[in-house]
Amino acid sequence: MKPRSRAKRIFVNRLVMAISAAVSGLFLFILGWVLYEVIMRGGATLNFSFFTKLPTPPGVSGGGLANAIIGTLMMTVLAIAIGVPIGLLAGIYLSEFGQEGRFANVVRFMCNMLMGTPSIIIGMFVYALLVVPAHRFSGYAGAVALAILMLPVVTKTTEDILKLVPNTLRESALALAAPRWKVTLGVVFRAGKSGLLTGILLAIARISGETAPLLFTALNSPYWPRRFQEPTANLTVTIFNYAMSPYADWQQKAWGASLLITVGVLLLTVIARSALAERRE
Amino acid sequence: MKTALVNKFSRSGKLIRADIVFRWLTVFGAAIVVLVIVGIVLELLLHSRLSIKQFGLKFFISRAWNPVTGEFGAASSIYGTIITTLIAMLLAGPAGLAIALFLVELAPPKLSRAVGVGIELLAAIPSIIYGMWGLFVFAPFMANYVQPALAKITPRFPLFQGPPMGIGILSAGIILAIMILPFICAVSREVFMMVPGVVKEAAYAMGGTTWEVTYKVTVRYGLHGILGAMFLGLGRGVGETMAVTFVIGNNHSISASLFAAGNSIASTLANEFTEASEPLYLSALIELGLALMVLTFGFQVIAHLWLKSIRKKTGAGL
Repeated sequence: MKPRSRAKRIFVNRLVMAISAAVSGLFLFILGWVLYEVIMRGGATLNFSFFTKLPTPPGVSGGGLANAIIGTLMMTVLAIAIGVPIGLLAGIYLSEFGQEGRFANVVRFMCNMLMGTPSIIIGMFVYALLVVPAHRFSGYAGAVALAILMLPVVTKTTEDILKLVPNTLRESALALAAPRWKVTLGVVFRAGKSGLLTGILLAIARISGETAPLLFTALNSPYWPRRFQEPTANLTVTIFNYAMSPYADWQQKAWGASLLITVGVLLLTVIARSALAERRE
Repeated sequence: MKTALVNKFSRSGKLIRADIVFRWLTVFGAAIVVLVIVGIVLELLLHSRLSIKQFGLKFFISRAWNPVTGEFGAASSIYGTIITTLIAMLLAGPAGLAIALFLVELAPPKLSRAVGVGIELLAAIPSIIYGMWGLFVFAPFMANYVQPALAKITPRFPLFQGPPMGIGILSAGIILAIMILPFICAVSREVFMMVPGVVKEAAYAMGGTTWEVTYKVTVRYGLHGILGAMFLGLGRGVGETMAVTFVIGNNHSISASLFAAGNSIASTLANEFTEASEPLYLSALIELGLALMVLTFGFQVIAHLWLKSIRKKTGAGL
């Protein structure tokens, strides 16, 4: 090994440390930059009618995205109603019944794969599964696509959380002659309640900003979401359509919708993360 | 979990019916996870049959994309996907490592936590928001400042030629880098923290500086984990749709310059899927989706198997 001067070694060390601090600063700056633009540009658009009125054609001032806000909320709720129970069941199976069995490991692997599947592929899948046979885009299809996106997140966090519950708790409940389902739902679930809620919140945060799976399923619509069998208005696809349009007022509205989505997703994420951090301490 | 649980609970020697039902319900939930993946692969195969039959392997090397004459080739989309992901990896890989180094070795605990939260928030921002920011803020910034500067510094370099439009392959790659950085950073950070303190302390005791300890001990010790992190990031980047669709320019062409507009598999799908009325057109798009699925699966499987083997070796939670 070549001997090197102490001064040079210290210099190299300082240089690398400075670079790593600078890179960290750069990415924090980018975070700030994105949030700043969304807040400034979006904030200028939000007003009362944004939340209460239907969209107007380009060039006509006023109007809002109330239909898209409601549509997004409705689809998210339906997606939660589908995705969360199935995810919970799968998580219970992995932690309580399957454990290290062969099928459980297959499920775990598939769950990881599903987590990494691009959301646009899930959109295509639901398109082929629901939209093609029904010959129309629908809010149902959109909700199913979102539910599939949630599924692996809920499954994985459920398994992780339930595994943290000490076995003695299960054994004592079983010793009191409680049936298995009661032990799981009444004792194990209660012990892991806050963790499960956190996992569900994270899953909701993940789907509320999703656009790609809705493009081919829910599509979009300028009308109130009356029936779910029809294309359903939603915020994210509206952002896409409006941003790609050449009209300045539509692009403005896209910023307003972006602000809503960002605030919603970040709030959910921060709440869930801080709950997680509390648990760890 | 080592302790075996009582899997079947019996009272007076008989299984409780509710428990059997409950157990099968959970099996049903687990089966759905498997069915969805199998269903995705089957549906994609089924619906891309027409295009696979028509074009065969030529589909992946042909640069033609003409819905009118019914000629489709995936070359430009695949090229765009690979190049944007490559740019993203080249930028986010080292940057993610640098930030992980900062968080683990350099920053005081309070600052480290705050910066860590900031980086995590980068991952929480939805793709479409990056798209909006990329199209309306970042692309003009690139066109006005970065691209002219790059062209000036490297007057003959073919990658940085052509009109500075802002949108294009380079901008898409940079935005992709911002989006996958948190994943690379999070895994690298855990890898760094997995290195036993004793090993590092031994190196420090030899008089090594922080950088020397990191470069010669921590990185080598965690090299496998870092590679796994890169593959995880790769899997993320390849399938990223909305942000790329906003800024890549959506043009079916392959050009030498990174300033030029292009497309990626995901952006082609996002733009053209609902417009495709011809069965062959739709089938070609679904075959593109199949290619994307195979790509992401490949990266995922490699990353997971790789990280799993390390976890086994080091016996630590990752």
